[in-house]
Formats: sequence, structure tokens, C-alpha cells
Amino acid sequence: MGLPLPMVPRLPAGKSYGLLARFEDAASIYRACEKVRDAGYTKWDSHTPFAVHGLDRAMGLQASRLPWVVLLAGLSGATGGMLLQYWVAVHAYPLVISGKPLFSWPAFVPVTFELGVLFAAAAAVFGMFAFNQLPMLFHPLFSSRNFEAATDDGFFISIESWDPKYDEAETSTLLREAGALEVEVVDNE
Amino acid sequence: MSHGPRIVDAAQMNLPAGSLWRRLPLFGAVAAVLGIGVSYALRGGDEKQFYYSWLVAFLYFMSLGLGALFFVLLQYATKTGWGIVVRRLAENTAAGLMVMFLAFLPLYSGLNKIYSWTDEAHLDEILRGKMWFLGSDKYLVFGVVYFAIWTFLVWWFRSGSVKQDQSGDEALTRRRIFWAGPAIILFALTTTFASFHWAMSLAPHWYSTIFGVYYFAGALVCVFAFLSLVVIGLRRAGALEGFVTVEHRHDLGKLLFAFVVFWAYIGFSQFFLIWYANIPEETEWYLERLGHGWQPVTVFLAIGHFGLPFFFLMSRHIKRRNLTLGLGSAWMLFMHFVDIHWLVMPAYHGKEFGLTLMDFTTMLGIGGLFLATFGFFLTRAKLVPARDPRLIESISFENF
Repeated sequence: MGLPLPMVPRLPAGKSYGLLARFEDAASIYRACEKVRDAGYTKWDSHTPFAVHGLDRAMGLQASRLPWVVLLAGLSGATGGMLLQYWVAVHAYPLVISGKPLFSWPAFVPVTFELGVLFAAAAAVFGMFAFNQLPMLFHPLFSSRNFEAATDDGFFISIESWDPKYDEAETSTLLREAGALEVEVVDNE
Repeated sequence: MSHGPRIVDAAQMNLPAGSLWRRLPLFGAVAAVLGIGVSYALRGGDEKQFYYSWLVAFLYFMSLGLGALFFVLLQYATKTGWGIVVRRLAENTAAGLMVMFLAFLPLYSGLNKIYSWTDEAHLDEILRGKMWFLGSDKYLVFGVVYFAIWTFLVWWFRSGSVKQDQSGDEALTRRRIFWAGPAIILFALTTTFASFHWAMSLAPHWYSTIFGVYYFAGALVCVFAFLSLVVIGLRRAGALEGFVTVEHRHDLGKLLFAFVVFWAYIGFSQFFLIWYANIPEETEWYLERLGHGWQPVTVFLAIGHFGLPFFFLMSRHIKRRNLTLGLGSAWMLFMHFVDIHWLVMPAYHGKEFGLTLMDFTTMLGIGGLFLATFGFFLTRAKLVPARDPRLIESISFENF
């Protein structure tokens, strides 16, 4: 597969993208997520018009790896900031300023701090983009007319066809038993 | 997982019978008598040392009480939801301020042992210009005014909160929300000038406009470390189950982390400007602390009060575990002592580092006095504001 190309989402290959199930409200999707989680599915998602508290745990989501990216970026920003100033002040363009030593580290702290913050903040935003495969200009779920309600009053669970446990008939039954109002097959077109 | 209404046991709002926490007033009183007694006995050896040690302990526990008072005011000013379940504990901590006036009086009696500006015959031109603010009589008058304001604020905010436990009257909360803003202004002014009077005037020629903020930052570190430990301790004693959860400890830890960073930001800013300008009347204060005796303490402070806790407290897993949050909090309480010691003691020891037995006995004594008062108020009312309009919101609070 190689490295993911930007703006080309990694999605299940083949004709069918997966199943999309609609639920009545926040409480029923919460319970349905617990059932899908307990059934052992890994490649699936939930879509709600507003943040449903605790849904991440109902889905069994792992803690995000983003904090580590932010920490590393922050540290490298701070280190880079200090090294850059050291190199400029001591090697590239040494100037004695108000009688202080060439390497006057206190003078470099504000820039070091700011670069640390800048790198960490940028890593948080763009790292989030990367983990979420954003920007993504099209998604197979958009071909479902039902799915338009996800930003209004619809609560959805989508299970992708490349999930190892995926079986169109069985998974569909599971979703119905979990309280789905309707289940549809979404094509990959 | 908590969703929708959660059942909590109202009995958890009280200290269990036979809990050691109920004897905290007694333990505190014993520590106070012991600590102050031993300090007083040692006083003959070095009277100046006694008063300086007393000042360190006094400033330490004042900062704990003032930090707690600020936390209470802040909760009202911001209409805090999550923190209602820990507000009563902060109110009880702030109540310790009311007896600290007793610790202020011995300080006043030893004024000429501590502050060089008390010798009015040997003042230079600069200090004579500052005597509208300094001077023994002003020290007392300002001190009385500070304590009057703080005592009033502590009493007014706590008594209304306790009254609400019975009546459930929401107007009590609304009135306190309205007055919290003006009270914070009053708090900022009194805390700043008190720190100028009590600590900054140790080096009377020296001045730093950010000094009050520095003391305030340390105070907030102190109170969030203290509250974290109290909450962990109370849960171990079998109280507050279902009221104070991992989510609230996580938030106390976040605030502790935030003020560790804030303290470093303020401390470095103060150093930075003075170091850059390099004007003798400003640098003398740092020259004392960067001289060979105090330099290791300064480095230890930078690492122990900022570097280590910054990386230690960063992770949410650390803040959500009792053991690690407790360790971090205990460490910060210790480092706050180092901070106050570093702030005060060079005025006495000069360039040489000094730490004596009296530094610990006065901490024990004044700490005992403070904790006895805290314990007294802890046993006098429920552990949480039982009928606060936001109590349910606070109990069911969750971090993402």
C-alpha cells in the first residue's frame, strides 16, 4: 500500500463499503455501540448530530496517540529553538550585547518557549488531521440519503466491510437486534 | 460509567464516626503546642533566627489559606460546575486564615529583628521615601486591615455556603456570584501589598512589581497540592464516595500542573527582566541567591518546582491515579517550603545557605495551628455544599 496519499482516504476495497444503521436517539445508540464493541468489531464508527458523553468508552476506543506526537513536536520545537539561537549567537554572527556572554541562555528562553508551544499546537492540529485522514473530500457514506440526517436528528453506526468479523447478513442482524430502525448496505461508488 | 442520575449516599457527606480526621483539631493543637513550645525554647540560642523561621512558616501557611480563599472566590466568579464537591474543603482551608492573625502578632513583636527598615535612625534617602508604606506602626495597621478583609471574606463566603446546606436558598449563591468579582479585586490588592510588606521589604531597597503575583502563584500550587491530598485522604477514610470521583481529582491535578507552569512563568519573568537590565539596585536580590551558598537552592528550585513536576504531572494517567497524584502533591508542598525559604532566608543568612531546626519546629507549630483550625471547620459542617444548585452537575461531571 505504501504511504497514504493526502486526500485519498484509505477505505475498504471492493463493491460494498459496509453497513449503515440508523438509531432512534442518544441512549439507543449508546447501548448499540456497547453491543457492537462486545461483538468484537474493530473497523466501525458512530455518527451523531452532537457529542454523546461517554460514547468513546461505549465504543471501546483506545486512547489517542496524538498526545505523544504533540509531546515530541513540542520538545523538538523547544530544542530546535534553543539550538538555533545558540548557533546564531555563538557561531554564525557573534555579537557582544550589553557585555553579556555570547551564549546568554536566559535571553533565549522566550523564543524557546514560544517555538515549543508553536510546534506542539501545530502538531496537535495537523496530527489530528492526519489521524482522521483529513481533508477528505468524499466519503462513501455520503451516497446514502439517510445519512444526511447525521447532522440533524439521526444517530448512525457504520460498520466497514473490511472488518474481519464483517458478514453482510450476520452484521445486519446484529445491528437490528441492537435496536436499529433501519439498516442499509452502502456501496463504494 | 456514569450516565443519567447516579445514586449517591448522603451519609458520605459527613466524616465517618471514629475517623482520624475528626481528631485533626486535637492533633493540630498538639503539634501547635509542641512546635511553638520547642521553637520558643530554642529561641534563646538565636533570637533573629527564631523570627526569620517564624516568618517562613507564617508565609507558608498564609499562602495555603490565601490560595484556598482565591479558589473559593474563583468558583463563584466563574460559576464553576465541576468544583462544587471540593469547594467546602477549600472554604475550610481558607478558614485557617482566621487564626493566622495569632501567628502575625509574634511577628510584629519581633519586627526589629527581621526588617532593617525598622531602624529609622539609619535610613537613607531612598528608604525615607518609602516610609509612607513601611514602618512599624504601618506594618501593624496594614496587617490588621489585611486580616480584617480576609477574615470577613472567608466568613461571608463560608457561612452563606453552610447556611445553604439547611435552606437550599439559591439567592445565597447568586449574591456570592455577584460579589465574587469585587472580592477578587480586593483579594488581589491585599495579597500583593501583604507580600510587599512581609516578604519583599526584607530587602527594602529592592523592588519587583511582579512579586505579589509570584507569591500568589506559589500559593495556588500549595492549595491544589493540599486539596488533592485531603481529597485522597478523605476517600481513604470512607467519606465522599460517589461525590469526589477520579474526575475531580484529575481536575485538581490539572490545576496543580497549570499553576506549576504559571509559577515558573512568573518566576522566570521576574528574573529575566532584572537580568537583562542589569541595574545594581535590582540585581542585588538575585546576586544573593546566585552566590555560592544559595545557587544550588536556586537550581534545585528551578528543577524541583518546575522541571520535574512539569513532566511528571503532564500525563492524565498520573493525575488520575491516587498514588501518583498524591506523590506529586506531597512533593509540591515540600518544594513550596523550599520556595518560601529561598525567598526569605538570604535576608538573614546572606550569601551562605542556612537551614536550622527552628525552620522545622516553626513549620510544625504554625502548621499545627492552621490544620487544627481547618480540622475544626471540617467537623463543623458537611464535607460538600449539600444543597448547592450545581451539586448534581458537579457530581456527574466527567472529563473527556
